[in-house]
Amino acid sequence: MSKTPEKQPGDPQTTGHSWDGLEEFDNPMPRWWLWTFYATIFWGVIYTIMYPAWPLVQSATAGVLGWSSRALVQEEMIAFQEANAPLNAKLVETPLDSIASDAELQQYAVNAGGAVFRTWCAQCHGSGAEGASGFPNLLDDAWLWGGTMEDIEYSVAYGIRNEESDDARYSEMPAFGEILEQDEITQVVQYVMSLTNAQTDDGAAQAGEVVYADNCAVCHGEDGKGDVTQGAPNLTDAIWLFGGSEQELTETVTYSRYGVMPAWENRLTEAQIRAVTAYVHQLGGGQ
Amino acid sequence: MSDSNPAPSLYAAREPIFPRRVSGPFRNLKWIIMAVTLGIYYLTPWIRWDRGPSLPDQAVLLDLANRRFYFFWIEIWPHEFYFVAGLLIMAGLGLFLFTSALGRVWCGYACPQTVWTDLYILVERWIEGDRNARLRLHRQKKLDLRKARLRLTKWVVWLLIGLATGGAWVFYFADAPTLARDLITGNAHPIAYTTVLILTGTTFLFGGFAREQICIYACPWPRIQAAMMDEDTLVVGYREWRGEPRGKGKRTADSELGDCIDCMACVNVCPVGIDIRDGQQLECITCALCIDACDDMMAKIGKPRGLIDYMALSDETRERAGEKPKNVWKHIFRPRTIMYTALWSLVGFALLFALFIRSDIDLTVAPVRNPTFVTLSDGTIRNTYDVRLRNKHGEERSFRLSLVGDPAMQIEVEGVEGDTVIVAADTAQLTRVYIAASKDTDPAGADTTSVRIWVEDLESGERAYKDTTFIGRGD
Repeated sequence: MSKTPEKQPGDPQTTGHSWDGLEEFDNPMPRWWLWTFYATIFWGVIYTIMYPAWPLVQSATAGVLGWSSRALVQEEMIAFQEANAPLNAKLVETPLDSIASDAELQQYAVNAGGAVFRTWCAQCHGSGAEGASGFPNLLDDAWLWGGTMEDIEYSVAYGIRNEESDDARYSEMPAFGEILEQDEITQVVQYVMSLTNAQTDDGAAQAGEVVYADNCAVCHGEDGKGDVTQGAPNLTDAIWLFGGSEQELTETVTYSRYGVMPAWENRLTEAQIRAVTAYVHQLGGGQ
Repeated sequence: MSDSNPAPSLYAAREPIFPRRVSGPFRNLKWIIMAVTLGIYYLTPWIRWDRGPSLPDQAVLLDLANRRFYFFWIEIWPHEFYFVAGLLIMAGLGLFLFTSALGRVWCGYACPQTVWTDLYILVERWIEGDRNARLRLHRQKKLDLRKARLRLTKWVVWLLIGLATGGAWVFYFADAPTLARDLITGNAHPIAYTTVLILTGTTFLFGGFAREQICIYACPWPRIQAAMMDEDTLVVGYREWRGEPRGKGKRTADSELGDCIDCMACVNVCPVGIDIRDGQQLECITCALCIDACDDMMAKIGKPRGLIDYMALSDETRERAGEKPKNVWKHIFRPRTIMYTALWSLVGFALLFALFIRSDIDLTVAPVRNPTFVTLSDGTIRNTYDVRLRNKHGEERSFRLSLVGDPAMQIEVEGVEGDTVIVAADTAQLTRVYIAASKDTDPAGADTTSVRIWVEDLESGERAYKDTTFIGRGD
């Protein structure tokens, strides 16, 4: 044990505690500090009584104020809906083609429509509306069923080839595997590819022209440019919903395709449908 | 263990401090600084500045709702917040500079806590009298009519000062004349009232009651300052070699007594309640009032001034050894302070430079990469860009967009015929811009192509650009 050094006059006041010669200066805390500390304890106790705090087996204590974050969200959502109600009403009343000329309405429609799109449409069409094989890209200028505001709104409201809505857009391509011979399919595929100068066998392509005229031109048109009234794709452009390779085209001709889109008329409000229509229309491909 | 002692209390009540009135050059300097700083604080929001019809005409305004900071002819947008960061860096470096040269000069003269406490002590003295009267009042246990009246008057005046402090603060965030009218008629936003009330309360508490305890217990700056000071820093100190041994009584030829007559003037005027003769202390804010008090006393007893004085620690040793002190400028101009000044100026010039080169129109370009590109029906490859056009003018302007890069690329604007966009006054407008390259061109086939988007203000001819990238098929 070391010895405590002799006290010199002028040395700071100590508490008198000494551990192995180490002494503690007597610098007491301010008393208000202590009261502040007690006040925080008091506050903490009151807080746990007022607000949800103590975890129990099933849930936590609810607190006497009845505050809950879920109720708060509910309240805020209702407040938002009420705040947006006039704009939604205006959106429903305004003719579709006039929405874009009202800057405020257009901004609201695009923002609200973007939210609807990301919630309900992005699963198939992609978050950037870029689509995927079998799910149309909404950014380009090719539209199976038309790209005007009216066309888009109809497609959204009633869907395509679904069984829920009698008004759904409908058309069906036959599975030509049951109708045509294998070499006829090969020929017609070569002909379709020749429309975009992608054929690999000129002879087969020429022979395919007859097969095409007999079987395909009814819907896709004699020039192959398709028909938006029955959702028949344009075969002369650079866009292939199910792929434009020889193998993919053969598959399409043999087994046909049957893309389905649900009807949204009963799931979304009219304002939501119009908003998402405006959103899709301004993505770059709207007509 | 020495457990024979009774356990000491771990907590102590604050020792009340009753600073005595003092006059002298440092006190006068502090009055001037108080008048100037409080004047700036209370009057600035009322200065008007014409910016045209659609912008506020308040010279200094933090418009949080519209995300603008107005400072006379300068308008800061959120993306220019680095100006504020730069000013804060300059404030920090400035504090380093002043602390290394003059010690806690900020604390002693300009800190709001010091200025408001000084003001509150002034009010206290006007109402309750000087130190001795206040001490008597404090010791008087009985609450008679006079004590109640004095206390009440003091608190009311303090509260009014606090109210003015909180009131002035909110004027920096909204149009001052309108807000003042709204506050009085009860039409202001609850946040304004809450802010005023909180600041009234804190000013009342901090200036009236907490005072030096804010500096001692709450403020982190005194702890950091020790690292800024060295033996050349000018601090308030006591010339011990000259003053000791202190003592009252007449100085005779053979007297051993020093110049300090132990009159306690320095202790009585101290706003933090310390005895400067004990040497450098954490509590000392170097307000220099003890210098005034001691000089006054030295003049009365016919001794030279400066028993308590601004001095550098290195000089203290020199003087004790009988040498001459260094020239004061040699203490101030030394590598450390020169370096701080250089850094401070560097940041300052950088900010000024940034201020002068910024233009009134601007754009940002964010390529949309979901998806990277779109193939149109004729095979054209198209990229999309979110272009934010900023018009800092006070009126609507037309911006024309154009491209510099491979001539095969064309620019289009969503929802607009042609290439001209109208941007409202003082706004940033988000515009979707397409760049397209037809099927067989180089940019359509390449991985990436550099492209520069130009924007031109058709009225003033101002131009700005941003470089970005066009993504092609990559075949």
